[in-house]
Amino acid sequence: MSQARPTTVTDAPAAGWRRDFPALDQQIEGQPLVYLDSAASAQQPQAVIDTVARYQAHDHANVHRGVHTLSHRATEAYEGARDRIRDFVNAASRREIVLTSGTTGAINLVAQSYARPRLGTGDKVLITHLEHHSNIVPWQLVCEQTGAELAVVPMLESGELDLEAFERLLDESVRLLAVGHVSNALGTINPVREMIDRAHALDVPVLVDGAQGVPHMAVDVQSLDCDFYAFSGHKMFGPTGVGVLYGREALLDAMPPYQGGGDMILEVRFDGTVYNELPYKFEAGTPNISGVVGLGAAAAYLQAIGMERIAAHEKALLGYMTERLAGIEGLRLVGTASNKASVQSFLLGDVHPHDLGTILDHQGIAVRTGHHCAMPVMQFYGIPGTTRASLALYNNFDDIDRLVAGLDKARLLFA
Amino acid sequence: MMAAERDSDTELRELYRELILDHARHPRNFGTLDSATHTARGINPLCGDKLTLYLAVDADGTIGATAFEGSGCAISVASASLMTELVRGIPAAAARGYFETVTRRLTGAAADAGGEDPALARIRALDGVREFPSRVKCATLAWHALDSALGNASGPVTTE
Repeated sequence: MSQARPTTVTDAPAAGWRRDFPALDQQIEGQPLVYLDSAASAQQPQAVIDTVARYQAHDHANVHRGVHTLSHRATEAYEGARDRIRDFVNAASRREIVLTSGTTGAINLVAQSYARPRLGTGDKVLITHLEHHSNIVPWQLVCEQTGAELAVVPMLESGELDLEAFERLLDESVRLLAVGHVSNALGTINPVREMIDRAHALDVPVLVDGAQGVPHMAVDVQSLDCDFYAFSGHKMFGPTGVGVLYGREALLDAMPPYQGGGDMILEVRFDGTVYNELPYKFEAGTPNISGVVGLGAAAAYLQAIGMERIAAHEKALLGYMTERLAGIEGLRLVGTASNKASVQSFLLGDVHPHDLGTILDHQGIAVRTGHHCAMPVMQFYGIPGTTRASLALYNNFDDIDRLVAGLDKARLLFA
Repeated sequence: MMAAERDSDTELRELYRELILDHARHPRNFGTLDSATHTARGINPLCGDKLTLYLAVDADGTIGATAFEGSGCAISVASASLMTELVRGIPAAAARGYFETVTRRLTGAAADAGGEDPALARIRALDGVREFPSRVKCATLAWHALDSALGNASGPVTTE
């Protein structure tokens, strides 16, 4: 039995996109690799690999320091990437683009530099049940440090947020709302625009964890009207160890530095140090220059294709995958929100996800298994973990057919 | 490619042998043990396998009763089930010796360790994990808990 594939026109250009990713062109266990783990870390296009290699081979030196040619080139490449990233999320100013070690680094920066000085007993930080650990633990830490309380918007069986409960929980005691754009475990796209509006009506600033947003859809921080937006390079086809904190300029300006060191100062004296201007105030020490350069190339790559085309392709793939998976006997979809990015968690009978991951890997199919760094989501469903197939722009319908065939084999093995 | 696919299937069937699947579905000695004198928790943070091992060691040093509870993949549950069967009724010192032998065997440090010991015949059903490096820790988790319980180590053991 095989469902008809959508007669979409989006698969043809996607075939070209797939060829841009050399890591996908290999055999695993004697079969062509099917990579369905992009929500954990996406592969990099040749354009990113080449840009980083070219930088390393010809242009590397420290940034913002030397008068020599290479230092100038490195600074140009680094700051050029910042401009590209600003354009990618449509920030109003490059001063609002702080380069970090990743989403985790960006959220910790906001927790410690923005939230910590403002929080005290009786205050609340509001997060949601769907969050990745990186948007939970930094807030737990800052609550411990300040006596503030962590409040959690509950989730529904579908994997959507309980928005009525959100309305109830959002009150004058909330000092900050931190919410994921897209659930990494379930793929739910949260109604962040509406949530931001509600929060702003009470003057509550909002941080959006966009790690799983930027690979799948066009993000415009001005139209979202968020106060902070954090994301990572490696989820959007760039290098690991690099990420971005977008912050509204007025907020960043009022925040103390997060870490002290070189590059974040204008003048250091023992009787008082003058901090650098934005965004350098938050970029202490020599940054991950090649990572930033690679991230800039990844943003350029995505812009050249167009996020709308990527979203349309992924929507067709997700629809097909959901239909095929739902047709497998004994398979339970975990996360059935009506508005989803191309991520699907599931359980197959009583086969433990870890066993399923091994069986699929042995057929050349890479999926994520386990709790996906979202243990509270697993606790909600009362399960230790799921198997998760996450799609990116380079996946195609054949990948989904291979996944379904792989699951059939697992069912036979465990029958 | 066909040959590779066949090898691949063979390896999978070596890993998920009938004995393993049987013990995973119907773990022996599953539950708690009121008379336990030694317990240990084992955690495999990579995949979330968790188990608690209970041993009742008699005055003469013999392991009189065994039990375990927890959740995990087929490999970790089957390994725990087989282990609790193996070490019941033997001296604690001998059980610790099996920990050494089995972990050396499964990690490949000494692939033939305990090869002649008839008591380990069923444990050898776990040999398939050697072809799956990411799964070795699932198979050895219960054994680390055994060593920890008998060594009276404090705190949960992990396979990391």
